[in-house]
Amino acid sequence: MSNVLQLDNIVMRFGGVTAVNDLTLHVNKGQIVALIGPNGAGKTTAFNVVTGVYTPTSGKILFNGKDITALKPHKITQLGIARTFQNIRLFKELTVMENVLIAKHLHLKHGLFSTALHLPWARKEEKEMRIECEELLAKVGLIDLKEEVASSLPYGQQRHLEIARALATNPKLLLLDEPAAGMNPQETSELTHFIKNIKNEFDMTVFMIEHHMDLVMEISDAIYVLDFGELIAQGTPDQIQQNEKVIAAYLGVEEDA
Amino acid sequence: MKKRVKTKTQLPLKNRWLLNIGAIVFLIAFIFIANQFLDSYIRRILNLCAIYTILGLSMNLINGFTGLFSLGQAGFMAIGAYAVAIFTVPLEARATIFYLEPMHPAISHIRLPFVVALLLGGLLAALAAFLIGAPVLRLRGDYLAIATLGFSEIIRIVFTNIQNITNGALGIKNIPTISNLWWTWGIALIVISSMVLLIRSSYGRAFKAIREDEIAAEAMGIGLFKHKVIAFMISAFMAGIGGGLFAALLGTVDPKQFYFTLTYNFLLIIVLGGMGSISGTIMSAFIVTIGLEWLRFLDEPLSIAGISIPLFRPGLRMVVFSLLLMGVVLFYRKGLMGQTELSWERIIGFFKKFGKKEGSQVGGDLSE
Repeated sequence: MSNVLQLDNIVMRFGGVTAVNDLTLHVNKGQIVALIGPNGAGKTTAFNVVTGVYTPTSGKILFNGKDITALKPHKITQLGIARTFQNIRLFKELTVMENVLIAKHLHLKHGLFSTALHLPWARKEEKEMRIECEELLAKVGLIDLKEEVASSLPYGQQRHLEIARALATNPKLLLLDEPAAGMNPQETSELTHFIKNIKNEFDMTVFMIEHHMDLVMEISDAIYVLDFGELIAQGTPDQIQQNEKVIAAYLGVEEDA
Repeated sequence: MKKRVKTKTQLPLKNRWLLNIGAIVFLIAFIFIANQFLDSYIRRILNLCAIYTILGLSMNLINGFTGLFSLGQAGFMAIGAYAVAIFTVPLEARATIFYLEPMHPAISHIRLPFVVALLLGGLLAALAAFLIGAPVLRLRGDYLAIATLGFSEIIRIVFTNIQNITNGALGIKNIPTISNLWWTWGIALIVISSMVLLIRSSYGRAFKAIREDEIAAEAMGIGLFKHKVIAFMISAFMAGIGGGLFAALLGTVDPKQFYFTLTYNFLLIIVLGGMGSISGTIMSAFIVTIGLEWLRFLDEPLSIAGISIPLFRPGLRMVVFSLLLMGVVLFYRKGLMGQTELSWERIIGFFKKFGKKEGSQVGGDLSE
């Protein structure tokens, strides 16, 4: 199995605070890998380092063998890593279709002038973009809502749309930052199926942060556990469930609640 | 929860084309008739409407569609205006205009056709936007507004001081004027249609994405800096063209015309018309331009029955306009159109609703 994403000894410090310390992990192609840990463990920071929002203090990030450390976020997306956000960041006032079409912009082949003036070849490209987006929306079950304004969608569907929008960039790796945050059990189980379907349908590699243990345990191939910026455990869902450190730091608390 | 006003029944494509062509024919006929029969005062106001439409759109592209609060329009406009002034003033008139200090020899013998000078003005404005864009577009929100405002003042002060190019505070007179409506409205129509095409293209969507959420836009692979610079340059180009037309309409330019207060007229236009609406901008450009003219009586001393009313003095017009702007911002934040556009379906829908209301009233009368 080949590594899609590899983090080597990533350290991220903000002033005196070490948010992520010496994180080394890898995501294999075709797998769903979860990053878990208590609040403030540095999971989102790790994501932001991978997607170029932050430049790591030290360490190296490899994507398909290519060094992507310190690249700008849009460059990283262009290379094939797409992400969603912990608190949904849709283009709220735009329609579902526009949201997805925007994600296709980075693949635009024609220049500003032919695109802006709708010259025949650019018009053809636009048409192809629309067809691709409609196919994508049909696959994720949002096609009936394509003319709705994104902010008018119910919460669960906004999450689905955000994932669809990330998929529209044709990524090789999908990063999901707490996709089930704020969801009820019903919505969570829908999302579980949704992610599974995506993985199969698009042959996608998924790296996600999640708090809902049912979801994580059900769909993950591998799990990494962070606590106070340090990696405290890694392994399959079964191994993680047995791991005493993890139970002490995280799962034990979760079971009481 | 907000929801877009959806027009359920879309007109067939053929009907829409017919209506579009009808509207264009009507407009051309109107310009033709206006040129022939309307007096020069009204023609001048209509010309100004066209120029304010161009500048309003220029400002709306950067503020309304891309979501960058920029107040540099007067500066870009000045660049376009001066380009037209410098390069179209007749050669023989130059010695008398530049009497304090002769024109710089490098440009003193160059005279360009109006269209070329106009395009040059637009391109120079775009170049200025490119140069200041690099440092300025990294700023956000209020800081960007302050920096662009500063830029516009710098341009004005530079133009006041480069005596041998711009003739300093004396300004340039005797610019060959355009008084018919074809130039201004022709160019305004080109600008409007290019704007519609741009906004409907993938780049337009990318601009809107930046307005909605910069972080998400960047995560979708949109290079923020590149797209902001593109929007800024297109906006400056349009402002330069508008400025060039302005110079050719007035026949004279001087730095005082391009105080930053000029920018507020355009800000008023886009706030009133709707940030992010092309048709709203056009409508409010008319309202603001005609309003500014019509309210001129407020600036003149007024006496009723021999008692002069102290309120009426120069400046009251702008007070009224400021109140209007405050009213819009306080009670009607989305402006006339918000982020939506006028469409044939909407116009027909409006008339149908209007007709129904009247119809029901008539019915009510009969039953009584």
